[in-house]
Amino acid sequence: MSLIEVTDLSRTFEVRRKVSRFRREVHEVRAVDHLSFAVGAGEMVGYIGPNGAGKSTTIKMLTGILVPSSGSLSVAGIDPSRNRVELTRRIGVVFGQRTTLWWDLPLRDSFELLRRIYRIDRDRYRRNLAEFTELLELGDLLDTPVRQLSLGQRMRGDIAAALLHDPEILYLDEPTIGLDVVSKGRLREFLRTLNAERGVTLLLTTHDLQDIEQLCSRVMVIDHGFLVFDGSLELLHERGGSTRTLVVDLVDEAPPIDVPGAEVRKVEGPRQWLSFPAKASAAPVVAAVAASYDVADLSITEPAIEDVIRAIYTR
Amino acid sequence: MASPTTRTAPSTGPAPTPAPAPLRRLGGNLRWGFRAYGLLALMWIRVSFTYRTSFVLLTLGQLFITALDFVAIVIMFANVDVLGGFGLAEIAFLYGGSSLCLGLADLALGNIERLGNRIRMGTFDAMMVRPVPLFAQVCADEFALRRLGRIAQAAAVLTWATASVDVDWTVGRALMVPYLVACGTVIFLAIFTLGAALQFWTTDGSEAANAFTYGGSTLTQYPLTIYPVEAVKALTFIVPVAFVNWYPALYILDRPDPFGLPAALQFSSPVAGLALCLLAGLAWRTGVRRYRSTGS
Ligand SMILES: Nc1ncnc2c1ncn2[C@@H]1O[C@H](COP(=O)(O)OP(=O)(O)O)[C@@H](O)[C@H]1O
Ligand SMILES: [Mg+2]
Repeated sequence: MSLIEVTDLSRTFEVRRKVSRFRREVHEVRAVDHLSFAVGAGEMVGYIGPNGAGKSTTIKMLTGILVPSSGSLSVAGIDPSRNRVELTRRIGVVFGQRTTLWWDLPLRDSFELLRRIYRIDRDRYRRNLAEFTELLELGDLLDTPVRQLSLGQRMRGDIAAALLHDPEILYLDEPTIGLDVVSKGRLREFLRTLNAERGVTLLLTTHDLQDIEQLCSRVMVIDHGFLVFDGSLELLHERGGSTRTLVVDLVDEAPPIDVPGAEVRKVEGPRQWLSFPAKASAAPVVAAVAASYDVADLSITEPAIEDVIRAIYTR
Repeated sequence: MASPTTRTAPSTGPAPTPAPAPLRRLGGNLRWGFRAYGLLALMWIRVSFTYRTSFVLLTLGQLFITALDFVAIVIMFANVDVLGGFGLAEIAFLYGGSSLCLGLADLALGNIERLGNRIRMGTFDAMMVRPVPLFAQVCADEFALRRLGRIAQAAAVLTWATASVDVDWTVGRALMVPYLVACGTVIFLAIFTLGAALQFWTTDGSEAANAFTYGGSTLTQYPLTIYPVEAVKALTFIVPVAFVNWYPALYILDRPDPFGLPAALQFSSPVAGLALCLLAGLAWRTGVRRYRSTGS
């Protein structure tokens, strides 16, 4: 049996909409629609989809916060909504949008309170705290109340808090939302280490393909509550036919750039858009362009998840 | 580094005499619930002490406001000798009893009304991923020691009243006083909980509960003889706050029931408390399963 097993899982919400001043209409939103998948111990899975696709709803069912409308699920052999409290000791949860820490407490006190609540053995707590403080660079922040932390700092605090009790599984719901590039990079690095060294199973939701690219070998794509893709990143790129775009600002206007491995999609004065396969490295393309043209500026845009999904559907 | 396979099992502790497993588990859960409540409450106390001046001011403020309540009654007795057939000391007894029970319940879980906010904002999620019974977390949320103000004032009034009423203090009567406080507190706790649980259905649930708890406590601060009999029946059978102080007090003060209701009611407070607790527990459980968090 896999660590996480989900079979035919659905969740609907009744939503009341005001139609007119006196009339209200009840309609049903299917947030998750007959979802089935399994995740093995030690896997690192990216769960990706546009806003409103049903990612958070899935995570909330996997943690026992929401009771499913139908279908079955088991996490570490536990039915989350029936034995939620038992499950809390086996999992760690991080919500990108809101903290699970106490606003008024300095991080150190929050952690100490968690130690008591989770009844973590003192030695193990000390070791874990020391390690996470170092890896997540929390040293200077431990005495700052949570409300005074920046988003990135708070996120690191939240992640440490979710890991102090050595969970087998870590769920991260949009952990990189609102973070700057440097913080995102550090966070990904940390998660990689966590997975490699501690064998923690990771399930992270995001709508940013880049998170997945740098972290996960396996991707699940959800759209309108349906699982539209489950497989390796390579396969996703193949199926999704996704490309990255290199935006080149030349010093002077020029005819379309001709370099191997990339195609010009658009030219607008001195600015040109080149597309190249998402799984290929950008370095040779950039090098080739820089070698033969006078370049003022360069930037790379990642494929948007919406485009990848559109491509999956049109196949 | 700790190996991911070494985990601490929740320490239930060896039981000296093996009770049936479900009972033992319930006992363990209860004990753990109380301990966790203590941990969280302590944390909030520490937080409130970091803002020491505001803590002192709020406590004094609460003490002053609740004291005014009673001052109003005393002023009234400057002009009349009896109210609804009860003298000042007897009314002080009713007032102190009701107010003390409300104060204790309010201290233990007065912030349960914050739950509505948490439900609306979806911050209840954070509580659901911690290994502590939700009820303990919700009750301890922003635990406020300043509520001791009401308790201190009510206890003082009740003590004075007990010393002043003209009653032949048998052992039975004397024991009825702590019994009154215990049952009354449980009744208010259950009503608070019911109101909180209602918020899983409608976010105005706590307003309704407040009407019953604070409202009910205000009504029962006076002898029920000043109200029409229909109101008294409603306070007995519908929102049974009359069991908090009125019925036990009739026995303690050695009064026949002025409405001719059965004397058995004077001993039925635990029944009312238990019924309310069962109802509240059921509503709470059902409510938690209804929780739907918020969309992003
Ligand atoms: N508590 C809720 N009440 C009503 N609708 C909800 C609720 N939670 C989620 N939804 C709806 O379900 C759908 C999926 O939401 P969600 O799982 O939050 O998406 P995602 O996390 O992928 O952005 C959305 O249409 C959202 O509006
Ligand atoms: Mg979401």
